[in-house]
Amino acid sequence: MSGHTADKLTYMANQIARNMGHDEAPVASVADHIVAFWTPRMIGMLLAEQGAGLDPIAADAMTRIAAGRIPPPQTRATDPAVHGSDAG
Amino acid sequence: MGYERQADFGTPEVRSDTAVTCFIDGREVTVPAGTTVMRAAALTGGSIPKLCATDNLKQFGSCRLCLVEIDGMRGTPASCTTPVAEGMQVHTQTPKLQKLRKGVMELYISDHPLDCLTCSANNDCELQDQAAAVGLRDVRYGYEGENHLGEKPDISNPYFDFDPSKCIVCSRCVRACDEVQGTLALTIDGRGFESKVSAGLTSDSFLSSECVSCGACVQACPTATLQEKAVKEIGKPERAVVTTCAYCGVGCTFRAEMRGEQVVRMVPWKDGKANRGHSCVKGRFAWGYAQHQERVLSPMIRESIDQPWREVSWEEALSYTAREINRIRDKYGRNALGGIVSSRCTNEEGFLVQKLVRAGFGTNNVDTCARVCHSPTGYGLKTTFGTSAGTQDFDSVEDSDVMLVIGANPTDGHPVFASRMKRRLRQGAKLIVIDPRRTDLVRSPHIEADFHLPLRPGTNVAILTALAHVIVTEGLADEAFIRERCDWDEYQHWAEFVSAERNSPEFLAPVIGVDAEAIRGAARLFATGGNGAIYYGLGVTEHSQGSSTVMAIANLAMVTGNIGRRGVGVNPLRGQNNVQGACDMGSFPHELSGYRHVSDAATRALFESEWGVPIDPEPGLRIPNMLDAATDGEFKAIYIQGEDILQSDPDTKHVAAGLAAMECVIVHDLFLNETANYAHVFLPGSTFLEKNGTFTNAERRIQPVRKVMEPLNGYEDWEVTQELARAVGLDWNYTHPSEIMDEIARLTPTFAGVNYARLDAEGSLQWPVNDTAPDGSPIMHIDGFVRGKGKFVVTDYVPTDERTGPRFPLLLTTGRILSQYNVGAQTRRTANTVWYPEDVLEIHPTDAENRGLKSGDWVKLASRSGETTLRATVTDRVAPGVVYTTFHHPATQANVVTTDYSDWATNCPEYKVTAVQITPSNGPSEWQEDYEAQATRSRRIAGTAMEPAE
Repeated sequence: MSGHTADKLTYMANQIARNMGHDEAPVASVADHIVAFWTPRMIGMLLAEQGAGLDPIAADAMTRIAAGRIPPPQTRATDPAVHGSDAG
Repeated sequence: MGYERQADFGTPEVRSDTAVTCFIDGREVTVPAGTTVMRAAALTGGSIPKLCATDNLKQFGSCRLCLVEIDGMRGTPASCTTPVAEGMQVHTQTPKLQKLRKGVMELYISDHPLDCLTCSANNDCELQDQAAAVGLRDVRYGYEGENHLGEKPDISNPYFDFDPSKCIVCSRCVRACDEVQGTLALTIDGRGFESKVSAGLTSDSFLSSECVSCGACVQACPTATLQEKAVKEIGKPERAVVTTCAYCGVGCTFRAEMRGEQVVRMVPWKDGKANRGHSCVKGRFAWGYAQHQERVLSPMIRESIDQPWREVSWEEALSYTAREINRIRDKYGRNALGGIVSSRCTNEEGFLVQKLVRAGFGTNNVDTCARVCHSPTGYGLKTTFGTSAGTQDFDSVEDSDVMLVIGANPTDGHPVFASRMKRRLRQGAKLIVIDPRRTDLVRSPHIEADFHLPLRPGTNVAILTALAHVIVTEGLADEAFIRERCDWDEYQHWAEFVSAERNSPEFLAPVIGVDAEAIRGAARLFATGGNGAIYYGLGVTEHSQGSSTVMAIANLAMVTGNIGRRGVGVNPLRGQNNVQGACDMGSFPHELSGYRHVSDAATRALFESEWGVPIDPEPGLRIPNMLDAATDGEFKAIYIQGEDILQSDPDTKHVAAGLAAMECVIVHDLFLNETANYAHVFLPGSTFLEKNGTFTNAERRIQPVRKVMEPLNGYEDWEVTQELARAVGLDWNYTHPSEIMDEIARLTPTFAGVNYARLDAEGSLQWPVNDTAPDGSPIMHIDGFVRGKGKFVVTDYVPTDERTGPRFPLLLTTGRILSQYNVGAQTRRTANTVWYPEDVLEIHPTDAENRGLKSGDWVKLASRSGETTLRATVTDRVAPGVVYTTFHHPATQANVVTTDYSDWATNCPEYKVTAVQITPSNGPSEWQEDYEAQATRSRRIAGTAMEPAE
């Protein structure tokens, strides 16, 4: 894997996409995951690559992020229902 | 408290629904049926003389000192082996008993040295006490006959001596090794007069034997036969303070037995709910690092890392640090700053570090060493169950019928809990081990795994999915549980996925490297064997699919209905003492304490109201992202408390490059660790013996850490963080860690009912502790999952991109060893090095032969990331094609070899899979020599013997 940060981010996004490919709405899941765990700078760096090197699901997710069509956080780790319970 | 020996009721507590009332010397006592007369007497406040009995061992009935008379019963039965009966009238002190006991004691003393005044156990010896109790005044037999008084002591163990001349052969040590520790290293060799305690073969010493130095035998010994060297050197303790061990995630509680400001010994606390009176070699003995000569006690600064350190006052160090932080924030912005919370420090200290970063630095760039160990546990269990924590307490194992241990080596990593597992296994519980190595748990005395599945590293998800395939397709799923407790639609989606032929054992066996029928057998056993409990460690999390594996484990527990009661559950074995607590305290960059995402406005508002500053709603950088940003020139300063990322984190060269690119690296630690080679500020830290606070162990148990001596550096770590916060302009005024816990409780609903008064009164509390669970929560998800319905997640097997090939044909996996801990900063500065003075490489005989290697040879370990050298150990514990090493020693720097591949969801590094090549070597590599030279230069201190000669 390249040491270049943009390359790493591309790799990470593709890795997330490969592992969330079986979700019911994989593009939304990947986009939501990235928004939930990445800093704006990291997202900006990957968006600046304009999809180069991204797998289709990851590319669609980044397009979704760029379009600002991200719903409120609702990933596996940030489900609002869980916020209320605060048990984990 | 002053010094008193821990109460001993003679025989173990008995659980029974039936109560029995009897009379001991006329005193009425009601106890559970099955309780011995000895214990019942002790519960009345009485004390029947005894030698071979102690309450953490099964009754033995050998010393004949505890005889009693019972109305209606013939003779003088031993009270330790006689259960009470309804209405029983017991007499513990009669002329007949007195005569008998005196005779017994007389025989013991006739072969025991009478050097009590100079004996190391003087006034702390059960034999002495019992001689007094029975009124022994004379020994009629003389000392001229055959005896054992000339037996030579065995002083081979670095922590305790064995003096057979003082042994009364009560077998307590042997039984402790068998029953408590489960190693069975000791035995009684010989018969009759020749009987003597022996460690292993007659040619063995304690050091060369299979003894693991847990200290159970020393604790059990009623004389000075097995005695801590420190007691011999220092003397009898004068006070004892109960505190919590700072090593692994088991969280053993100890009595720090003190004389003045000096620790005499650490003795496991019998009332400790995590360890139940047991210990391991680290917690019991390896605390000498606290006084090690390499402790740095003065703050130091330097403007660049090529300069020697300069010792300065705390005021100068803190004002310099604050100026640097402010300068960097003004020049580069708040997101150029960050911090790392330590899993070795207390909850309160961790909470303050993340608060400093969020409220003082103004960024969410805070992370914790859980990033490199159990971050996938947080993600996986929160996703599936709704809670970022294990589901059980340790006691739960007593009700397990089948244990599935995957990616964990408890006898080395979590030895005290491993002893409890082994006890249950000896009682008949079944065992499935999924691990590339043949760990000790696979086969040890009286224990043999029913299935050992030595999978190829990196195939955890594949094997768990294959197990699920068998359970679903063979109709072994617990449909009633799933329909009631889980989302049925998600289950069906998942069941369809795992049922596919491509997820069958037969299809996946070539990938996994394990026979398909063995996988089927293990699946059937887990699904049908009764209460099934899953225990896992870093062999699960430290993979590119670490989070997927955790979710696959959760799936397996749910599909078999093994959640929500004793004996079952999903149990992450945490590496460091406070991994759970550090995570709970909001140390991850995306969430505040209690695992609430920073994007949640309501949660932020709570903290903003308490702290009086805005909280950034965007997640911050994870540790690897910080290092990337540093090499990009955008991350400039970091405050690292109690973590050595240069040694512990993967791809050492990249970590070094990231640190070197920063303008202000602040290391707050006990020693000049490897990371400090790149630091500009060094703030001396305090050990767990020198501070107050709490740790939270792997079973969510919050336990007090109590100061037993004043900090050698003058400050507890939370005080240093507070002073740093004040220096950067925050108005913090905590006067005691209890006030920090009060703030944590105000801000964190799962901790709402936690405070120091309750912890002092109850010893420990398991979160959640709130209105719903006012007394805490030993078992989670009893009536329903925290998230509502349990969530089955499809975990497709995605092979790691780290592949073997012609250049790197072997797979390296890394781990830990019993005597050493993490990066070894503590244990390397103790006598534990006698067992493991250097990291070694385990290699299979076939792979060794192909390379012309034998045990002890220097080998070069090379990967795409880097290379290092170390010595080889040829062993069939590892499978062909797999090699193994540890990362305890900086001279090896095993992480120069590991790559920056990481878990897809959390970036937890893939320590467990690295393609490598092994070749013969003549000694340290050029990189190792360069590193050593750089480290030596970096550790120079101006004005000391370490000052440069030029």
